Order: sequence, then C-alpha cells, then structure tokens
Amino acid sequence: MMTLLVNGVPHSLDIDPSTPLLYALRNQLGLHGAKYGCGLGQCGACTVIVGDQPVFSCLLPVSAVGTRAVRTIEGLGGTEHPGRLQQAFIDRQAAQCGYCIAGMVMRAQSLLERVPSPTDEQIRAHMEPNLCRCGTHMRILAAIREAGQAT
Amino acid sequence: MKNRSIGLTAWLCALAFVAAALCRLSPPLFAATAMAAEAPVPSAPADKTAMLEHGAELSAIGDCVVCHTAKQGEPFAGGRALDTPFGTIYSNNITPDRETGIGAWSLDDFIRSMRRGVSRDGHLLYPAFPYPHFTHMTDADIAAIYAYLMSRDAVQAVAPANHLIFPLNFRPLIAVWNLLYLHPDVEPDGEAATPTPTPTPTGPASHQAQWVRGKYLIDGPAHCAACHTPMNLLGAEKRDDAFAGNVIEGWQAPALTTLLRAPEPWTHEQLAAYLHTGLADRHGAAAGPMHPVTQSLADASAADIDAMATYLLTLQTPAAPRSADTAPQQAQARTTPADSARIQNGATLFSAACASCHAAHAPMTTLGGRPSLALSTAVSAQDPRNVLQLMLDGIPIEPGTPGAYMPAFAGTLSDAQMADLAAFLRARFSSQPAWTLDQAEVEKLRKETREP
Repeated sequence: MMTLLVNGVPHSLDIDPSTPLLYALRNQLGLHGAKYGCGLGQCGACTVIVGDQPVFSCLLPVSAVGTRAVRTIEGLGGTEHPGRLQQAFIDRQAAQCGYCIAGMVMRAQSLLERVPSPTDEQIRAHMEPNLCRCGTHMRILAAIREAGQAT
Repeated sequence: MKNRSIGLTAWLCALAFVAAALCRLSPPLFAATAMAAEAPVPSAPADKTAMLEHGAELSAIGDCVVCHTAKQGEPFAGGRALDTPFGTIYSNNITPDRETGIGAWSLDDFIRSMRRGVSRDGHLLYPAFPYPHFTHMTDADIAAIYAYLMSRDAVQAVAPANHLIFPLNFRPLIAVWNLLYLHPDVEPDGEAATPTPTPTPTGPASHQAQWVRGKYLIDGPAHCAACHTPMNLLGAEKRDDAFAGNVIEGWQAPALTTLLRAPEPWTHEQLAAYLHTGLADRHGAAAGPMHPVTQSLADASAADIDAMATYLLTLQTPAAPRSADTAPQQAQARTTPADSARIQNGATLFSAACASCHAAHAPMTTLGGRPSLALSTAVSAQDPRNVLQLMLDGIPIEPGTPGAYMPAFAGTLSDAQMADLAAFLRARFSSQPAWTLDQAEVEKLRKETREP
C-alpha cells in the first residue's frame, strides 16, 4: 500500500511500485485529464505538477513520488468553475483536438506560480518540452500571456 | 573556496615567474604588430566562394560558434559565459560589426589574435580562447576563417565584463602564461614542419596523409585537447598527459587514449559516425558539452572526419598490465544487503522512468540505432559523473537540429533516487566494479553546474 496526495486529497493505493504515475492517476483514481501520448517523455501530454515541478507522469514511478503533492488539471478547476489559466485557454480557444492541452496547462501553471508575469521569451523556453500537433501554439502563448497579465 | 585556492596558487606561481618573464617579455607582447606584418598572407583564391566554404568548414571543425554564441543569442555575437577555475570569462563578438565585433580588424589583426592571443588593440586575450592550438594553423586556413566570419551579418553586441579572481583580472600577466605555454614555433606550413607520425601509421601513403591531416585538425582548429587533456594549476594543458581526459563544465571529457578499452573497442567507422552525427550505434550519443561539438562537426567534410578518426585511433595506449584485475574487482563487487535494496529500488525506477527507451526490446533501441546501455561509455566509466549528468539534464532538444533526445530528470527524481538508479545501471549493465556513490554526491553535482 502506498499513499498518493493528489489535488489535496490523500489516496491509499495497492499498486505495483513501478507503475507510472500517469497510469495510477487515470486507472486507479479516474483522473483522465493527463493523457498518454508517447510514453517516452517526448510529447508532454502527460504533464502534471509534482511538488512544484512539471513532470512527465508517464516516466515517474508512483513509488518515486514520495510525500510530494501531485496536482493535475482537475485540481485547477472544472467545467462549472474553470481556473484562471483554464479560462484563458477557453477565451483564446487555444485547443483544437485538445489532446495536449491538459499537459500544456499544467506546465504553464508551474511557470506562472514561479514567475507570475512571464515574458514571451520565458514562456517559449518553459513550454518547449510540450508538443501540439494541431499547431495552436500562438493561441497557447496568448492564453498564458493573458493569464500571466491577469495576476 | 576551491576556486579561490587554485587562484591563489596561480597567483603565487605567476609571481615566481614574473621576474624571469619580465626580462623576456618584449617579444610576444610588444613585437606582435611586427609579427603580424611578417606573416605571409596568401593571395586570395580565384574562387571566393570556395574560400568561404573552406572557412565555414574550418569554423565548424573549430566549433567557433559554440563558445562565441550566448544562450539564445545571435551566432558568433559572443557573450557566452565560460566558467573556468579562475572565474567567468565571456566570449567576444566575432561578427563583422565594426564597433563591437571584429569588423574593423584586418586579416593581419585576425592572424595575430589566432596565433598569439593578442586583440586588435594590443590587449592580451585569455587562453580560454584556444590560441595555443590555433597558432598551429596555416595562414591560408586562418585567412579562410577570417573571410567566412567577415562574410556574415554584423551583429551589435557587447559581452558582459569578465569576473576573474585577482590578480588574474590583470591581463598583462597573460604574457607570463604565454611565455610558459604558448608554443608558436611549430608552423605546419611547408614540408619541413610536417609532423612525423608517432607511432607511424602503417599502410599506404594515403593513410599517412590522412593521419597528418587528422593530427593537424585535432591539434589545430578542432583543439580537442582543450577539453580532453588534464590542466595544470595555471589552466594550461599538461602536455605529458595529452588526451588523458578532464572534467569540463561538470562533465567528464573522457580520455581519448583508451578508446580500445570501451565496452566494445571503438572502430574507425564508429568514431567517424560519432563525430559526424553525434551518435555511434555501438557506444552512445554525444551529450553535455560534446553535444554542440558534434552538431558543429556535422558540417565538416567526410574526408576531414575520417582524418580525425584515423589520428585519434593512433593515440591509444595499452591498458596497464594488471592481469589480476578482474578477480579483486569481483570480490569488491560483492554487494551488501543495503546495496541490494538500493539496486532493487533503482530497478523499480528504471522500469518506469527508463525502460520505455532503454529496455532490451524497447522500440527506441531498434529505431535510430540507439545502443544498449551495456555498450554505454558513461555506464562503464570509472566515474559516475556523466551518467548522473545525463539523468539530471538529459540530452536537450534543439529545435531545427537532428540528433538524439533524452528527457531531463532533474526536476523529477530526488538525489537519493538518482543514486539508486545509477547503482542499478552499473550493476545491471556494466562488468565494472560498483561506484561508491550516495545522494550527497548527486547533490554536490546538482549544485556544481546548476543555478539554484
């Protein structure tokens, strides 16, 4: 048995310690925001925040999470009450197929927590690990910029 | 603290030499203008394009752009911080901007800087600029690099001021250093100065010509020894220990004299592929400070890459004759229960964090020629430094450039987890004895090369 603190709620899981965090989030906890993309740490669709760092949850075994708090997109807000960054993504219509968006939002969230009003250069550098095949990058940048300025 | 003590030692050494040096100071410091005038300048080749191409290729072999480009800066516009044991030096702008670059420099000025480490206005350049290597280049080659640099767009950029420890911030002291360590006498121009192969490569004359070309490139423009040779307290290469390996920017620049002792001995083909593409499918991918070097070498000609590989393979030294080597190693490798627990934890981490690319049958091992970790130079190295650096930083993606990629785990795994994972890799993928490694060492390495 191990305990995972996800979005402020502790969960006891009976699970193989080498299970990637992403599988635990999706399969055991039913949090389907983070997506399985490449499984290799190359695309960023699975990005969640662990501690204060954006991580590829497909490459982090649950046993390595330890006492660090895990935050997923579900922790930022839901359909009824989206968080500020989520609202900016909606306002800017920053999604096309949407598969990458949960990862994009969580990586951007970790930046805004560290740098409340980032420059474009900082946003671009920080978001580089996450890929979007639809090419909505300009809207994603605009959404992050907007959420940053709103703080 | 360590840096300071090295600096003080350097200061004392410098003082000791200063008296002797002052007597002999004049030739390198004050006769530099005369030297530049007497250097034979080649007549411009009929085909200017060919000269520019030649200059571009030499510049790629010399990796000029790597040091002379700041993070996210314009190519060749300088400003990159070079951390040395003596402080931080910022590279100069070598675009043809007249005010902040080398736009006002004549070819003679440029040749003088490459050969003697003297800037246009006469101030001495720090030997972080590897003029002790470039001094061996032919005038024609230096002129080609000059033509290439001058053909590029001028960029206005001023490098930040250097932060060097007193008294090394006093540039005239470099004259002393130059007296000791700059050996400009050997000019490869002409037949007489052609080095004699030692050991003489066997085979046809073409092979020997290739060796000579390789030595010229490696010792001259490519300045491989600048990273791969240990340094003395004054930051000069230990000539008696050439290519024996060194620590650069927190990474181990491996010895180039032990290539035949890798898990699988390096071959000419593997070496050429590694230099040209950054990936040798029986050894691994270039990472750390070598990564941009191989990216630059992608623009070198296949003939020059072959020449460098040929020369490098003649630098090999036989392993020390310790026949009883393996037995004590195996005894030493006996693991304690604590070690077993760490290795077990490392195995768990591996199966989630690494296996999707590095397990025996992972698609990534069959696509793109990525070798098993059992062939990895880093995993079988004496020092865990490069394995840890790779896990911390990965191999970053640079948009628009091909090459291997590995995600960074610095923000994902703790120091203790890194140490456990390294212990597992060593036990699982190498026949070498276990590293003595704990989380404190990872913590130290993490701090050594990263901003807090």
